Amino acid sequence: MSVPTRSRGQREDGHPDSRLARRQRRLEELLEAAGVVTGAELDAILDRYLATAKPANGARVVARAWVDEGFRHRLLADGNAAVAELGFSMGGGIQPQLLRVVENTPRLHNVVVCTLCSCYPLALLGPSPSWYRSEAYRSRVVRRPREVLEEFGLHLPGHVEVRVWDASAETRYMVVPRRPAGTEGMAEDALAGLVTRRGLIGTAAV
Amino acid sequence: MKDEGGATGRALEPPRSGPGAEGSPPGERFRPGETVVVKALDPPHHTRAPRYVRGHRGVVVEVHGVHPRPDDVVTGAHPPAMEPVYAVRFSAADLWGEGDHSVTVNLWEAYLEPLPLQGTGP
Repeated sequence: MSVPTRSRGQREDGHPDSRLARRQRRLEELLEAAGVVTGAELDAILDRYLATAKPANGARVVARAWVDEGFRHRLLADGNAAVAELGFSMGGGIQPQLLRVVENTPRLHNVVVCTLCSCYPLALLGPSPSWYRSEAYRSRVVRRPREVLEEFGLHLPGHVEVRVWDASAETRYMVVPRRPAGTEGMAEDALAGLVTRRGLIGTAAV
Repeated sequence: MKDEGGATGRALEPPRSGPGAEGSPPGERFRPGETVVVKALDPPHHTRAPRYVRGHRGVVVEVHGVHPRPDDVVTGAHPPAMEPVYAVRFSAADLWGEGDHSVTVNLWEAYLEPLPLQGTGP
């Protein structure tokens, strides 16, 4: 079987690539040689993610949940089925992932982390921000989430319960932030424009 | 990175015999609301039980389907054991000795054991 010429990890200007990129390419070669995944599969997955994965997807899901009570209930009960109503899928990776959507309330704040690496729902949030992958965030948010959230500019009153979700297996978590006050008259599209990637992770109010 | 293995120590036991040992999904051993203890594992290979919950007590809050056990996948066991994965909630005070929050971690069934029976000593 011929392996397609791969360009990921190689710099376009022809200079030697970084140690990390070399390591990544070597890992890909080993996975391909072991028959775990083919280069064509990896390329197809990355192309699909780069073409469609963005936080605007998660924002659309949240806005729908804010305006449609039935959808909100379905989303919290079965994330995969609910996001499929909007044309989104959690099946873009090597194996389908379970989507668990958790909702913030006046008395409960959720925040997501992957302490073992950097898992989160890529299809709905786009590529993860560098801080999400940092050891500082991953190690500190499980231990002192209120302190970490303060550093993000989010102050939670003491009566608000904080739940940290560690995506250590095949489940991916997304947060539904609280709908901001004063947005009662806003259309769904405009509401989606209020939602940020940090809000979907739980490190911002919305 | 997901390489949480150490150089020495106890590894997971082999898959149990009977249903589930050959890749057919076993029934769930634990139920939501049940208190469990994460085994104090320290296998010489990749595992997905984060160190910070090993040996700690938590409560099963949700069951998240049946998935191949990563320890088997990485060590090349064919077929890997298919096991329920649980969302287990830990209190920060228990994990860290401080904090009023909770941390919910996804754990394969083999990482967990029932709470030991109390009051069985002399």
